[in-house]
Amino acid sequence: MNFWLVLAVNSITFGGLLFLLSAGFSLIFGLMRIPNLTHGSLFMLGAYVGVTFVIGIHGFQLNFWLAAILATLSVAALGALAERLLLRRMPGDQLAQVLVTLGLSFMAADLCLMVWGGDPISVPTPPELEGFARFGVLVFPAYRLAIIVIAILFAVALWLLLDRTRLGAMIRAGVDDPDMARVVGIRVSQLFTIVFALGAGLAAFAGIIGGPILSVYPGLDQDMLPLALVVVILGGTGSLLGSFVGSIIVGFIYNFGQALLPELAYFVLFLPMLLVLLLRPQGLFGRHVP
Amino acid sequence: MTTRFLALVIAFAALVTVPYWMPGIYYVNVSSQILFYAIFALGLNVLVGYAGLVSLGHAGLFGVTAYATGYMLQLGFGHPMAILIALVVSLISMAIFAALSLRSSGIGFIMITLALGEILWGLAYRWISLTGGDNGLSLKTRPELFGYSLSDVNTFYYATLTIFLLSVSAMIVFVRSPLGAALMGTRDQPRRMNALGYHVWAIRFCACLFSGLLTSVSAILFVYYTQFISPQTLALTASAEVLLMVISGGAGTLLGPIVGAGLVVAVKTVVSGFIERWNFLLGAIFVAIVILMPEGLVPGTARLWRRAWRKRAVTGGAEAKP
Repeated sequence: MNFWLVLAVNSITFGGLLFLLSAGFSLIFGLMRIPNLTHGSLFMLGAYVGVTFVIGIHGFQLNFWLAAILATLSVAALGALAERLLLRRMPGDQLAQVLVTLGLSFMAADLCLMVWGGDPISVPTPPELEGFARFGVLVFPAYRLAIIVIAILFAVALWLLLDRTRLGAMIRAGVDDPDMARVVGIRVSQLFTIVFALGAGLAAFAGIIGGPILSVYPGLDQDMLPLALVVVILGGTGSLLGSFVGSIIVGFIYNFGQALLPELAYFVLFLPMLLVLLLRPQGLFGRHVP
Repeated sequence: MTTRFLALVIAFAALVTVPYWMPGIYYVNVSSQILFYAIFALGLNVLVGYAGLVSLGHAGLFGVTAYATGYMLQLGFGHPMAILIALVVSLISMAIFAALSLRSSGIGFIMITLALGEILWGLAYRWISLTGGDNGLSLKTRPELFGYSLSDVNTFYYATLTIFLLSVSAMIVFVRSPLGAALMGTRDQPRRMNALGYHVWAIRFCACLFSGLLTSVSAILFVYYTQFISPQTLALTASAEVLLMVISGGAGTLLGPIVGAGLVVAVKTVVSGFIERWNFLLGAIFVAIVILMPEGLVPGTARLWRRAWRKRAVTGGAEAKP
């Protein structure tokens, strides 16, 4: 009984991380119409930069949460820079943009290997969240519960941002009809940079707070990117609710798959994707087929 | 016309005599690599260049064939049977692959093929009882053909060359066939083609199968060349490498992917002798080509050549006038 419960908590935790990762992916896709193939790299980069501050360089050591914020901001700035300097050069040419993100992801992966080496680095859990939370007879690792809380907070915050603010209204307008949004005076290309930075930051944040669970290793990017893809194919592009539900589904399938069919864990993910592609190609909550 | 014919004859002669003028066995092996990667690139070009569908999962299919061949050989089948089964398995996988990914086109197609390719990679990596995981599968022998053992470097080169020439001929026939013309129609004007009564989906599906066939043929050559397969063969970097061959050479041209394959394999072979950072370079070349020469080297140089030629003709004409 406890085994299943722990597995369920782990699945929700992983789903929360996936949500942070894929919400940005989905927004970028919705607005710019490109799958950002650097998203896995941004996740990994966030984890690497964060863990560097947590462990400390040259005696300069930071608290876990400060390090996480610093990693998030620096990767977000990097994302904005990549959008401004590279993707901006080929407006409207989505194929070229996808290929550029692909090229960038290889460069990022190799740079990380060069800087941080090939050995996995384990990220220490923040000391205040070590240990366990008890609910009667049930015992859960406190840090995993904290991730769930953080993911829910971010989901609410993102929803408020998109649904209640002027910026959110502009982003939604850009997602629904970029040409019309331009006509009514929204600077859509500026939104591109903002959303790209936001997505990059979210991915990096997911990377560092996922660190204590997943650790950081070369190839982490290639492990996470397909998961984000599957989430977005499942949930539908440009939909926050879609990436939330998709993340939880993928979190459950991935964790249960790994526990029950370890050799086929990756393959089991394929099944819900197959069903969605066959029955509802726009995704569960998507409005249009990509 | 005559210059083109002459160029073809020279290229053909150069290819046939490779073992005689290359400085060593190593370079003959590199030439074999270039040729089977060129077949792979030709196969991907059917989709990228002629159908306008960019696949990022082709290394997955390549790997399916390679693993199928290796696994059949491990089960004790003979070479012809193993190759036959591998071809059938990969065509079936290609059909499934196509049925799923052709539900969309454009960016959606890229995303679905990428996801499928990654899933195949994950399978190869994790399904250890079937694929050996990271240890991969080894092949003990290369087959014999008409009494010649393919273990010999030169024989293997000639076998690869023959299959390469056959593939190029198949490509030429395909591009000039009504099906090829219809495929290019669906690339440029899918709606109009639909209105004209063409079954766009079926045409694309056929293109996928043809692309899959070329891919698996090159995968069989690959697996006999290296006599080893590991999940690395299916990784996204592998898909990207082939895509780079197609795009750098020039998508939608016959010669482009071949030139691209030569370029990528040569750079990779030369560079990895000096530095470890091949992936970084691959990414950098990718970004550079997409930004600077998006149409690829072959059409790009052709354009520059034509412009230079015209300029010379114009200035020549001006000089001729008093």
